[in-house]
Amino acid sequence: MGVEGTEGNVLSIQEVGEEIVHLTVATPTTPKPGQFYLLRAWQEAPLLGRPISVFDYSEGKVEFVFKVVGKGTEILAKLKVNDKLQLQGPFGNGFPEVEGKILLVGGGLGNAPLHATAKALKARGQEVDLRLGFAEKVYLEEEFNQAATITQLMVGGLVTDGLNIRDYDVVFTCGPHPMMEAVVKMAREAGIPSYVSIEKRMACGIGACLVCTCKTKSGNKKTCKDGPVFEGEEIFYEDKYQIS
Amino acid sequence: MKTSIKFLDLELKNPIIAASGTFGFGEEYAEYYDIEKLGGISYKGLTLDPRDGNEGIRVWETPAGMMNSVGLENPGVDAFASDIWPRIQDRNLISVVNVGGSTLETYLEAIRRLDHCDYDILELNISCPNVKAGGMAFGTEAKSAERITRAVRMTTQKRLMVKLSPNVGNIGEIAKACEAGGADAISLINTVQAMAIDTKSRQIVFNNTYAGLSGPAIRPIALRMVHQTAKAVKIPIVGMGGITNADEVIQFLMAGASAVQIGTAFFTNPNQIFRIPAELEMWMEKEGIRSLEEIIGIV
Repeated sequence: MGVEGTEGNVLSIQEVGEEIVHLTVATPTTPKPGQFYLLRAWQEAPLLGRPISVFDYSEGKVEFVFKVVGKGTEILAKLKVNDKLQLQGPFGNGFPEVEGKILLVGGGLGNAPLHATAKALKARGQEVDLRLGFAEKVYLEEEFNQAATITQLMVGGLVTDGLNIRDYDVVFTCGPHPMMEAVVKMAREAGIPSYVSIEKRMACGIGACLVCTCKTKSGNKKTCKDGPVFEGEEIFYEDKYQIS
Repeated sequence: MKTSIKFLDLELKNPIIAASGTFGFGEEYAEYYDIEKLGGISYKGLTLDPRDGNEGIRVWETPAGMMNSVGLENPGVDAFASDIWPRIQDRNLISVVNVGGSTLETYLEAIRRLDHCDYDILELNISCPNVKAGGMAFGTEAKSAERITRAVRMTTQKRLMVKLSPNVGNIGEIAKACEAGGADAISLINTVQAMAIDTKSRQIVFNNTYAGLSGPAIRPIALRMVHQTAKAVKIPIVGMGGITNADEVIQFLMAGASAVQIGTAFFTNPNQIFRIPAELEMWMEKEGIRSLEEIIGIV
C-alpha cells in the first residue's frame, strides 16, 4: 500500500519511439488516472526515485511511458522482463471526475497520462476526444486510437491550431507549459473549465519535503500531493505563472 | 525498551529522530507508516512570519546526495501553535520544534509565541544555508552563537538544543560557545553549502545561487564534526548527516552522539528507516550490549 513501496516485476518493456520506453509492471496497487508512482530499480544512486505518470492500468498491472532523460530513466529503460523494481505510490490527486463531453490535449510525454484518463472516461460512458502532439513520430498509435471517442494524433506543429474548444464541456491538458498555457487561455475564452497536470522535480512524493512547491493563484501548493492536477486558472493566471 | 536512551531528562524509545525539513509535521508519513516507531521528530523549521520559500528549482541530485533550496517554506509560528500543534501534540514520541530567524528579535518573538505549546525540545536553527532568515550568520561565529543562545536561554525554560552549521572553520569552538550560552544539547550537521551549474543554459541552477547538500555524500564530514564536537563539549549531541542504516547510526553513537537525526534517507527508502530500531536491537543482542549508552563516544 502507498508509500510502503511494493516490489514489482517487469511484465514487458519496449522502446516505442526514440528513447521512449513503454514499461509494464505487475503490482497489486490500483492508481487513478493522472496519478504517478516513484519508480526505483537501483540501490544507492541515483538518490531519489523517478516520478512517472500512469499510461494505463488494469487488474494487477500498471503501465508507464517515459523518456530517457538521465541516469534514473536510463536504468529503468534497461530493465528486462522479470526484473524487479520498487514502486512507491500511487501518489497525487489525478484528474477529477467531471460530467459532459471532454477534450484532452497533450504534447510530448504529457500524452502518457492522458491515455489512462481517456480510457477511464470512455469506460464511464463519456464522450472523450484526444488531441495529442508528438515531436517527431507517433508512438503507441493503436493504444491512443482506441482510448478515446475521437483521437487526433499530430506530428510537429501546434496541437492548439484549429482546435474548436467550444465543442466541449471541460478540457484536460498535460504537456509543455506553453502548450498548457495556450489551452487554458482558449478554455477561458470559451468559458469552459480547464485542468492541467504539471511536472516538477520531486523528492518524497507525499507532500513532506516541499521541494516541488508550486505557486498558484491561491498560494503555495504541493505538486506531488495537492497536484499534479490543478485547475488551469490556478496555475496560469495574470501571465506570471511560475512552474520551473 | 532495549534500544531506549536517556537524552537530557527525557527517554527516547530509540535514538532515531526524523530531521527537520524532511518530515513536515509528520502528518504525511503518518498516512503510510507507524511514525511512533521513531524516537522523535524534529518538525519543519518555523519562523515568526509565514514564508513562501524560495523561487525556482528547489532540488538537484548529486551522485550520493541532493541539494535543496526550499528556503524555510513554513506556515509561521502562530499557525503552528494554533492549528498544527493541537493535531500532533499527543504522539508517543519526543517532539522537537525547530525555529529559525533573521534577527535576534524575530527568533525570540517566535520562541515566545511557541512557549505555551508543551513540546519537548527547542531546536534553535542557526544554520540554514538557504535564506538570510535561516540564521546561518549566527552560527558561523562563536561570539554570535553564544549571544543568541544566551538570549534564547533567558527567553524560554524549554530544553534548548542548538543546530549547528558545518560551514564553519572550528566546529568545537562554536559548540563550546553554545554550551557557554546555556545550550542543553547540540545537533549537527545542517546541510553543507553547495552549488550546481547547468552548462547548457550557462546558468546557476538555484535562484538563491547556493543550496544545501545532504545525503550519504556528507556523512563522513558529519561524522568527523560530531566527533570534534563531542571532544569539545560536555552536553549531549544529536548527530546527523547522510545516515541511512543501523550501522551508520552506531558509527555516530560511537563518535559521541547520544541520538541521531535522519532526513534525506526518507526520500530514498522510508521502509528502511522504520526498520532501524529493530536492526539496532538485533545488533545489541549479537554484541551483548544492554544499553546503547554503552557505546556513546567510545572512539
